[in-house]
Amino acid sequence: MKRARLGTLLGTLALALAGGPQPAWGKSGWDELNMPRGVTNVSTRIYALHMMAFWVCVAIAVVVFGVMIWSLIFHRKSRGAVPDVSLTHSTRVEIVWTAVPVLILIGMAAPAARLLVRINNNTDPQVNIRVTGFQWGWRYQYLGSNVSVISKLSESSTAASMMHSGISPTSVPHYLLSVDHPLVVPVGEKIRLLITSIDVIHSWWVPDLGVKRDAIPGFLNDASFTIAPGKTGTYRGQCTELCGRGHAYMPIVVHAVTPAAFEAWLKHQSALQSEAATHPPTTAATSG
Amino acid sequence: MAESHATAVHAEHDHKPHGWRRWVFATNHKDIGTMYLILSGVMFFIGGTAAMVIRAQLFKSGMKLVDPEVFNSLTTLHGLIMIFGAIMPAWVGLGNWMIPMQVGAPDMALPRLNNLSFWILPFAFTLLVGSFFVPGGSIAGGWYMYPPLLQQFGAAFPMTIFAIHLMGISSILGAINIIVTIMNLRAPGMSLLRMPLFVWTWLITAYLLIAVMPVLAGAVTMQLTDHYFGTSFFNAAGGGDPVLFLHLFWFFGHPEVYILILPAFGIVSEIIPTFARKPLFGYDAMVYATASIAFLSFIVWGHHMFTVGLPVAAQLFFMLSTMLIAVPTGVKVFNWVATMWRGSMSFEPPMLFAIAFVFLFSIGGFSGLMLALVPSDYQYHGTYFVVAHFHYVLVPGAVFAIFAGIYYWLPKWSGRMYDMRLAKWHFWLSAIFVNVLFFPMHFLGLAGMPRRVADYAPQFTDWNMVASIGGFVFGASQLLLPYIVWKCVRSGKPIEANSPWEGARGLEWELPSPAPYHSWQSPPGEAVLARADKH
Ligand code: HEM
Ligand SMILES: [Cu+2]
Ligand SMILES: [Cu+2]
Repeated sequence: MKRARLGTLLGTLALALAGGPQPAWGKSGWDELNMPRGVTNVSTRIYALHMMAFWVCVAIAVVVFGVMIWSLIFHRKSRGAVPDVSLTHSTRVEIVWTAVPVLILIGMAAPAARLLVRINNNTDPQVNIRVTGFQWGWRYQYLGSNVSVISKLSESSTAASMMHSGISPTSVPHYLLSVDHPLVVPVGEKIRLLITSIDVIHSWWVPDLGVKRDAIPGFLNDASFTIAPGKTGTYRGQCTELCGRGHAYMPIVVHAVTPAAFEAWLKHQSALQSEAATHPPTTAATSG
Repeated sequence: MAESHATAVHAEHDHKPHGWRRWVFATNHKDIGTMYLILSGVMFFIGGTAAMVIRAQLFKSGMKLVDPEVFNSLTTLHGLIMIFGAIMPAWVGLGNWMIPMQVGAPDMALPRLNNLSFWILPFAFTLLVGSFFVPGGSIAGGWYMYPPLLQQFGAAFPMTIFAIHLMGISSILGAINIIVTIMNLRAPGMSLLRMPLFVWTWLITAYLLIAVMPVLAGAVTMQLTDHYFGTSFFNAAGGGDPVLFLHLFWFFGHPEVYILILPAFGIVSEIIPTFARKPLFGYDAMVYATASIAFLSFIVWGHHMFTVGLPVAAQLFFMLSTMLIAVPTGVKVFNWVATMWRGSMSFEPPMLFAIAFVFLFSIGGFSGLMLALVPSDYQYHGTYFVVAHFHYVLVPGAVFAIFAGIYYWLPKWSGRMYDMRLAKWHFWLSAIFVNVLFFPMHFLGLAGMPRRVADYAPQFTDWNMVASIGGFVFGASQLLLPYIVWKCVRSGKPIEANSPWEGARGLEWELPSPAPYHSWQSPPGEAVLARADKH
């Protein structure tokens, strides 16, 4: 385990030095250092924008740092360089290095603006879920049904996270990234989250979905995403706004399932919860 | 020249108070500057100690060195102490020392006010640091103190707010003093566009301070009345609006980050020409770029709030205004590079720090540009990517510029030369390990690690270990600086000329080193001004 991780580290370092992704490394190499591409219409586009901005910055850096390094090497006193004291300004050059950045920025802003408008289009959702942050966990209510899920850090992670627990985090599955009851959503359908909080500000983030929105008391924020059909699986995230002692301990886990499985799950939960409401249970049996 | 020297020496024997009175009743700009710098150094090491505990706690997944609430206190205090206690007083200290000498004045315009603005600070920082030791511990909601979380803390909550009030008053008084000094005490013949850039950038910074410190003070006072007097400015249950605080805070907060960096731009613009032995390229453009950055800094605050749920049009506006700041910032970097171009450079410690500044501040600028793109910011916000960004602009940015300034002017202040070899060690250790410390944080943020977490999933361990090791070495190397300064002041080799730097120009170098107690007893004449002119 330890050795494998060290190997990965050295590998990624080597890659970073070599300066590019190599297919052979796949998921464990370069990708580990970068933003995930994710599985939604939103996240993949954000990834593309992020990479575009990154390469633009690299290109500018190569030019600016290149000139500077050249200067540091060749225009030094110890090599007998004589200062060109007449070089104090040049209107032409100054116009160029003001105008060119403006053009580059317009080139970056245009796709960003387009994507921004697109991401914030929350119309015509197929599933509406109300997300409520609290100290410290999340509550998910499926609007239009009676299903409500309270989602907290899993028992095994909670036990391991205690002071003096003596439990190694690597022995716990998905330490700090697993919950008792995950959020279940269908793939291929547009899902809209209505996000709020009952106490302090939290922020709901799942990198693979490309969604981050603050949960603010007194406000109802919305965000939407569609997971690509076929991308069923488990996606994990965390609260990203400091919310007190338990901030690091309120992860988010999303189970993406097929629409049919989702319908079945919702029906089952609905039955369970209405039964629980009429016959208060002796043992808690809220959800999966 | 010789005459002003003689009168200065005379004055030194006449009016200088002795013993503790010299410091408590200080009205001399150099004494007050020294006290500011010492205070800043003390706070730098207190804030640094907090950072060492933070990095130890984050050394690996499941570390549990301190309780999560203590961890949150430490991140909060670290931020507040470094910004208000380390960087800001360092700028005021350098400004106090250098501005009168650089504009040809005997002292600051308002010496008693100067005394007051310094002596408020030890009380402010006693309250702030002391809040760590009261029952319940210090506030633990982050340096930006968002409600309603801030309302959950005990006695530390009013203590911190009073500390902020005091710091605000001190900053405003200091800023007034600097503006009045620059406006009224410039030597005859020193027009605004002949002022050194450090003076220029400080002038603009002082206006920023006066504009935004009251906003911060008002916003935190509203939290105080929400807590104790039943108002509901930010309390949703009472019809208030927590987001209003965010707007107020960041309306202060973004200009504040420029308060921390503009004087750094000034220092670097003094040092690079000196060691490139060539006038600053594009002096006028530098002044205008600084002014436009200051103006723009008032209309970009929303970029800290992209995930708050602002209307799309507002997000778009803040994205574009933020990107616009990159233009004058770019102009500055290009001008520094063009100053090096075809110069005749040598690499003494101030120049080394200034060069590292240009490289590493630019990296922070690049990540700033990436953060400005709203859709990408949805992924970066609240993660270690943001931590990487602002540490790049603040540590190898602002802090390196402070180091550069100290190494540049220490011979001026003390009349002695410091140990160059040790200073170069200080530089190389700092410059290498600051990157080991902060560069991996970009990866951590992109890979999904939120900021301000007391513990994290095992897959983040590798890069956190690298960052922590970088942090420990970086932290330890900083102990060199007080030692180098101490050694220089005690037993450095006296410098013979006014200036130890071959290419240095500017009024401060026309005075003997160490400078006379009342810097310019009589204004420098046009001949001196012309010799000192940098462009
Ligand atoms: C090219 C210029 C810059 C741009 C475009 C830029 C952009 C940004 C953006 C968009 C954020 C918000 C990130 C987020 O929270 O999601 C941010 C955060 C920050 N920036 Fe910059 N920035 C620039 C320069 C600077 C400078 C010069 C400083 C200070 C010396 C600075 C200090 C900070 C700080 C302290 C934060 C984080 C505050 C916090 O959340 O605690 N930035 N920057
Ligand atoms: Cu949180
Ligand atoms: Cu900002």
